[in-house]
Amino acid sequence: MAEDVWILGISMTKFGKHPNEDNLDLASRAALDALADAGIGMKDVGVLATGCLTAGSSAFGQLLQKQIGQTGIPVFNVANACATGATALRVATMAIKAGEADYGLAVGVEKLSGMGLLGAQGRPAASDTWTPEGRVGAVAALDGRVGTENMPGVFAQIGLEYGQKYGNVSFELFARISEKNHAHSTLNPLAAYSRRFTLEEIMNDVMIAYPNTRPMCSANCDGAAAAVVVSDAVLKTLSLAQRARAIKVSASILTSDPWQEACQVLPDVNTLTRAAAEQAYEQAGVGPGDLDLVELHDCFATAELVHYDNLKLCEPGGAVDLFNSGATWRDGKTPVNVSGGLESKGHPIAATGIANIWEICQHLRGEAGQRQIPGARVGLAHVIGLGSACGVHILSKPYVRCSSA
Amino acid sequence: MAQIPLVDYLVLGDDPYLVAQECEDCQARYFGRRSACASCSGTSFRAVTVPREGTVHTFTIVSLAAPGIPVPFVAAVVDCGGTVVRGNLVNVEPDPQHVTLGMKVRLTTVPVGTDAAGTLAVGYGFEPA
Repeated sequence: MAEDVWILGISMTKFGKHPNEDNLDLASRAALDALADAGIGMKDVGVLATGCLTAGSSAFGQLLQKQIGQTGIPVFNVANACATGATALRVATMAIKAGEADYGLAVGVEKLSGMGLLGAQGRPAASDTWTPEGRVGAVAALDGRVGTENMPGVFAQIGLEYGQKYGNVSFELFARISEKNHAHSTLNPLAAYSRRFTLEEIMNDVMIAYPNTRPMCSANCDGAAAAVVVSDAVLKTLSLAQRARAIKVSASILTSDPWQEACQVLPDVNTLTRAAAEQAYEQAGVGPGDLDLVELHDCFATAELVHYDNLKLCEPGGAVDLFNSGATWRDGKTPVNVSGGLESKGHPIAATGIANIWEICQHLRGEAGQRQIPGARVGLAHVIGLGSACGVHILSKPYVRCSSA
Repeated sequence: MAQIPLVDYLVLGDDPYLVAQECEDCQARYFGRRSACASCSGTSFRAVTVPREGTVHTFTIVSLAAPGIPVPFVAAVVDCGGTVVRGNLVNVEPDPQHVTLGMKVRLTTVPVGTDAAGTLAVGYGFEPA
């Protein structure tokens, strides 16, 4: 069994509009903050993994090195849609487990302010002569003619599919999930949007793709997050101050879609998330009932519902009852998205998979300020990159804190 | 007027229908060509006719789309006798009072447009049965 890996330092920038900082500025700031939080320098780092889908460079990590320290270490530039940040962390963690590095640095950044609707490319002008192209011999663009390819619409169908299977979903139910996350965001100073919305405001806002209105969609914004991971052996040599704030990576899992009939026409975000959750609980030796908080991928309000079930926070088919019980509010049994979630904190794509781990670490360290979940000891962070890739990390409070308290 | 299907898995005629490629080893079905079966990696496929009638497995009503796409429209996934098909719901009011989960629908065709040679491209959708 490979040795344990710990998060030694972690950071996120405020999510929102950063007109005067580019991707490199934001990534540099997150990386340097994470290194300072860890109490180490770039010269200590043995592996760098970076993600930035809008960088316009396939060597973004090397550009980052030129800003914060070129030390000749291996760089992995990763891309895995919305799971890119989690993938970067996974790569750094694997390098530690493989014994190839003592310290690893993972960085994710994106600038998306003003990007508008993602996943929709627009329709090219019709050609003079219909000509079949591609793997289905299409003579014209299919988005809007054969279903939808835009993200709010895809995830709307995923939410209603859960209703078709188990019943009891409604426009109002999904809006109330969004109401919860926006309410949570009022306690998060780093969220892009931290205004509380009433249920009526959410339901009467601009409809994007029924049943997702605008506040029920993840917010495009700018932001970066970074994490420093360290091996168990090296952690033991560090100062008590460093050890006391180290967070154990109890599980680090990445999955892709196993074949399912339905995923050929509508992305199946369920099967791979369930597989990732099962592997993560097994690896961490904990169950859903042990979780003190969860940050899950609420790219749309409709997505949050299905992931209650996928992450086994309820019995199969029990997601609606779980939400209606109040369990996922911050004062409930299993608080979900106390950061405000992607709907209000924001979703700078490649940063998200590290930012949600930052949120969990803040609570496990007892440093989450006014939104602290009291006594939090175990948390789970989940992301989905459509295509699909699913990252699940389970983080645990450091034992050293207990023994030295 | 000459016609051409929007996609190669739509067969036009008096009774238009969809054709899936079925893996000869595991019976997994696909629209469009595959290098090998995503389920079992088999490489032999046969064409099979998809039932024209089905039920709405899930849907959304898209109100905001990329430029050039008329809104609102109903995007759906339809279960046609066990084969799952993506397509728009047509000939129905695009609102949640008229579109419901599990509603019965049937395949129909939809004109897409005419090219410079006068050929009409024809797509498909599903209408209430």
